[in-house]
Order: sequence, then C-alpha cells, then structure tokens
Amino acid sequence: MQKVVIIGATSAIAESTARLYAARGAQLFLVARNVARLEDIAADLRTRGAQEVFQAPLDVNDVLAHAGLIERIWASLGQVDVFLVAHGTLPDQSQCEASAELALKEFATNGTSTIALLTTVAPRFEMQRKGVIAVISSVAGDRGRQSNYLYGSAKAAVTTFASGLRQRMTKLGVNVLTIKPGFVDTPMTRDFKKGALWAKPDDIARGIARAADRGRSVAYLPWFWLPIMLIIRHVPEFVFKRIKL
Amino acid sequence: MSKVGQSWGRYPNANQTLIALSDRHAGLPATAGSVLPYGNGRSYGDSCLNDGGTLLHARLMDRFIRFDVQTGVLECEAGVLFSEILDLVVPQGWFLPVTPGTKFVTVGGAIANDVHGKNHHKAGTFGRHVLEFELLRSDGSRRVCSPQQHPDWFAATIGGLGLTGLVTRATIQLRRVAGPWMSAEVYRFHDLSEFFRLSQKSDRDYEYTVAWIDCASQGKALGRGIFTRANHAPAHPDNRPNAPSRRLRVPLTPPVSLINPISLRAFNTLYFHRQRESVSHVTMHYEPHFYPLDGIGDWNRIYGPRGFMQYQCVAPPGASLECMETLMKTIAASGEGSFLAVLKQFGDIPSPGLLSFPRPGATLALDFPNRGPGTLALLDRLDDIVAAAGGAVYPAKDARMPARYFKQYFPAWESFSHYIDSKFSSSFWRRVTE
Repeated sequence: MQKVVIIGATSAIAESTARLYAARGAQLFLVARNVARLEDIAADLRTRGAQEVFQAPLDVNDVLAHAGLIERIWASLGQVDVFLVAHGTLPDQSQCEASAELALKEFATNGTSTIALLTTVAPRFEMQRKGVIAVISSVAGDRGRQSNYLYGSAKAAVTTFASGLRQRMTKLGVNVLTIKPGFVDTPMTRDFKKGALWAKPDDIARGIARAADRGRSVAYLPWFWLPIMLIIRHVPEFVFKRIKL
Repeated sequence: MSKVGQSWGRYPNANQTLIALSDRHAGLPATAGSVLPYGNGRSYGDSCLNDGGTLLHARLMDRFIRFDVQTGVLECEAGVLFSEILDLVVPQGWFLPVTPGTKFVTVGGAIANDVHGKNHHKAGTFGRHVLEFELLRSDGSRRVCSPQQHPDWFAATIGGLGLTGLVTRATIQLRRVAGPWMSAEVYRFHDLSEFFRLSQKSDRDYEYTVAWIDCASQGKALGRGIFTRANHAPAHPDNRPNAPSRRLRVPLTPPVSLINPISLRAFNTLYFHRQRESVSHVTMHYEPHFYPLDGIGDWNRIYGPRGFMQYQCVAPPGASLECMETLMKTIAASGEGSFLAVLKQFGDIPSPGLLSFPRPGATLALDFPNRGPGTLALLDRLDDIVAAAGGAVYPAKDARMPARYFKQYFPAWESFSHYIDSKFSSSFWRRVTE
C-alpha cells in the first residue's frame, strides 16, 4: 500500500492525482489552506478506495509551521512513498509589475515556500532512504517570458532547487521528480482562451503517477512540451527579446 | 468531450457566458442575466442552453460523498457522471437503477430530465430511485428534498429541466448485480405488430427490452427491426467478455453530414441482416449493451456542421400501434430517414416529476440530420400525429416543438412554473412558454 502526501491538495491537478492513488487503495495525507474543501475531497477519496485519508491545514507561506506539519505527517504515516508538492497560484503579471510587495508575495507562494518545504522534508527522506519527492514546477520556469516572468522565475527557482536536491538524494535511493506541466484547463486558468495545447487535469495526473512509478527525473506533461521548450530555450536572446510570448 | 456551451445535437447555436462551479458549499455566482445549470451537455436540443444568459457549469462538482456497499446507497455531487459511478460500483456488485443510452450524463442532468432506460417497464424513471437531493436557489436558500421532505419541490425538480434551482448533491439507491455481464436475446421481427407481441411477452421476465427499427424501408418491410431483451447475468456466466478497450473517436467535423439517404439505407439494411438466425443468445459486457455509441467519441460530429435533431415521442397504449405505423410511413415517405430509430414500450409505473416525459405507451426515438426547413417541416408533421394520438414529445431531445403542443403534452407546466427560480431560465423554456 502506498503512502502519499499532497501539499496543495485542493488544486485540480492534485485532486485528480489523489483520485488515482485512492483507487489504488493508498493511504493519503492531504494538506491545504481551505479546510472545508479538504473535507469534501477526503470523503470523495475514501469513497474511491483510499484506505485512510488524513488532513491538515497549512498556509504554505507560514514557513514556521512546516516543521510541525512534517512531524505530524510522519507520525501519522510512519513513512512516505510519494511526497507531492502541488500548491501554487497564477499571479497576474501586470499587477506584479506594479507592486514589488505583491511580486515578492507571489514569488514566496510559488517559489520560496516550496524551497522551504523541500528543505524541511529532505532529512526525513535521507533517513528513509527511499521514496519519491515530486514537485510541480512549470514549463514557464524554463525561460522568462514577458507574459508571466514573475511566475516563471519562481518556478525556475523550484526547478533548479529540485535539480540540486536530486543530485544529493539519488545516491540515497530517493527520487526527486520535477513535473513541468504546460497549459492545464483548471480553475486557476479559467479566464484563458483554450486552444489545442491545453490538457485536462486528469491527463496531467496520470502523467504524474506514471513518472513517479517509473522513477523519472523530469516529466514534461503532456510530453509534447519537451520539444517545444527545447526550441524555446534555444532561441538566441537577440531574437527572443524581440518576440512576444 | 462536447464543446462547452453546446448541446449534443449541435443545434441550435447559442451565445452564453459559462461559469464553472466546483464547490457545492459556495453560493450561486452573481450575474446580470438569467442562469441555467449545465452538466455534460448531453441534452440534444436547447433545454441545456441559455442564449444571452449564463450557464452554471456544474461538471466539476464531481465528488463522491459516501457509498454504502451493504445497502447500495450512493451520495455524490451533481456533476458526477454515470460512467464514474459505474467504474466505482460495478466492481463492488452494484449498478445504476436506471440508465439512459449514454453513460456520459451527470447525476444532476439525469434528475433534471428524469431520464429513463431500457428497464422502464420494471423500474420506472431515474427519479424514482433518487432518495433525496439538495436544491440551492438564487435567494441562497438550500432545501433537502425527498419524497417525504418538501415533496412538492422534489416533484418539481425531478424532470424540472434545471429551472427550479441548482441541484448540488443527490442520494440515489443503486441495484444489486452479480457482475458486469448481461445475458441477452436478440430477435429479428418483420413488422410493428410482431414487435408489440414480442415486447408484451418479454416484459415480465426481462428487465431490459428495446428495439431498433429499420427506418429506411418502405412497403412490406416497413417496421421491421431487431428486438433485444436482457437481464443481468449470474456471477459466473460461461462466457465473460471484457469491456471493449479500444475507444474510437470522430476526429473532426466533416463539412457535410455523412448521414444521407444512401448511407442510411445501406446501414439499415446491413444492420437488419447482421445476424443470420432470427434469434440469437449472447452474453455480453454491460458497456456495449447499454452504451453502444459511447464507444465512439464525439459521434455527433458525423452529422456535419449543421448538427442533427433528435425526436422522441410517446403514444398512449390504445393508440400506440397505429400511431407508430403512421409515423414510420410519414418518415419513410419524406425520404429524410433516421439513422437510428429506437422503439420501446414504457411500463405503467408513474413518473415522480411534474414535467416527467415517460408515461404508459410506446416510445420512439429518431435522429435526423439537420437539413433545414425540410427537416423542420417533417418534425412538425410528426408532432401533429403524436398530438392527435394524445402522446407527448421529450423536452431533453427537442429543439423545435411548438409552444401549443408543449402545453398540451405537459399540462402540469403551469403549476410547475410556480417553482421556477426567478433567476433561472433556458432557451427551451422561453421558446415553449413565451
């Protein structure tokens, strides 16, 4: 039986992923800010076959609360097979350009809070010497684009941090998985016009579970973002700075 | 998945704002104009559209709340699909009490249309198996409705086309099954009176009965077809076929309808002769039995950009045979033809909703490619026949019935209208009442 922790468990991608693990009969520990919604999701996951569902409230920006939470998770589950960090927001880029305070707050939510969590949880995995730490980053972190570079730079920090953590943990038998979804049709992106590149949370969730099962390091979801981002990363800066993305 | 804000028949077009709901505890969003709940867009006509207004997209309210494997009582949010219920409960020995011909409908949609299935003669409509639901109104009030509690609101909301408020969650009673298999018998019949004899004979011992009618043939072959009767199979039938794993889909909308008089005649003739013997016995998985078209994603695209119109009517017992014969003759003579014509005898179990469509008699479901005025004129002629026989037409499949006939088919419409939420409206409702 798998033991799975999900931070940001009320997000659409996280909820879809939790359903996959619930159907496998997993034990789940859900963490999110909104306790009422967590309650609904926990009932749903129990019905879908989860053996047990624990819940705890957390505001990820309350870094002082992280250690206590990690303590509680290990006290409840004993060990953790998959630790999925899935929380996040989609900041309004133009508002972040107008307010440094907002920019830093969004950077904290999408970047530093994840770094803090991973830092606090890493020693547990060092002791466990097995398991998967999965982090949802984003294709947006691969290169800064004018349309959302605040979000992108926070995710770039997450991607780089996870890459270093992976080097540190691999030799101990712990896999660090960086997940880079492209456009996903969720409540977070409700106001966007959807085109052919948009994926459903269910598809992303299946990709996450598969990548975690197979011990992958980096997963672009869906896969076609790998070649797309390969190209975007390699456009020379003198061209890149003149195009609109 | 259907394009959001479209009905399954892809006719008519409507312009509306879409607001996704995912939290059943939240209040209704504030909007300027009227709102209408929208589930998975499987209604065929305009009963799920709200031109010029807002659709409350409830599909994301898709959480299970509890499932008691001992009693088969399931509580879930209104956006849960029948397919999701089946995936959860069939392996645990339970099945939907009533299901329409697609499993891609939401629980909320099934309540709003009081859907029926091949077991109507045994189980009645879906609404009869709803133990309770919560109704959220635009004034912020929440009512838990059941046959005992707020029975008037219960009766108005079942079959109430989403107009009485938003159903947030519902509790339904499932039925026991031994496994996913069905044992079915398939008969070829040569005219409508043979169908009625077969159907009558089968109603007592078979939970599911339905017939497909060859709509392209005329003269002596008029009314020939294939009759299927089935029961859930015992736990370990000799033959245990799997669910079909391959899922096809129609990748794009062809510029014109692929359903035309030539393809129609060819399909109908082939389908009629697909089995050599006049009777065959088969054990099959429930999926192809209940949901033959669900195996082909976006099949509604084959009708081209103009879409298609469904027409489902019921004619009362005394007039059934004659009415069906007249309908078939009228359709055959028009040359419009229907790709799939489905015939079934309803039983006499009363439907719980004020506006429920199912009532005793024979029901015929047809679909016609939308060829404009010609198609509309044919459907008007069919309406005249159904109305004269004292029958009714199914709102969930309608995009064009005249207001005067709607009011004749559903005499309770006026008492129903007192239960409509003042913020709620639909293209269909405005069309048939204003």
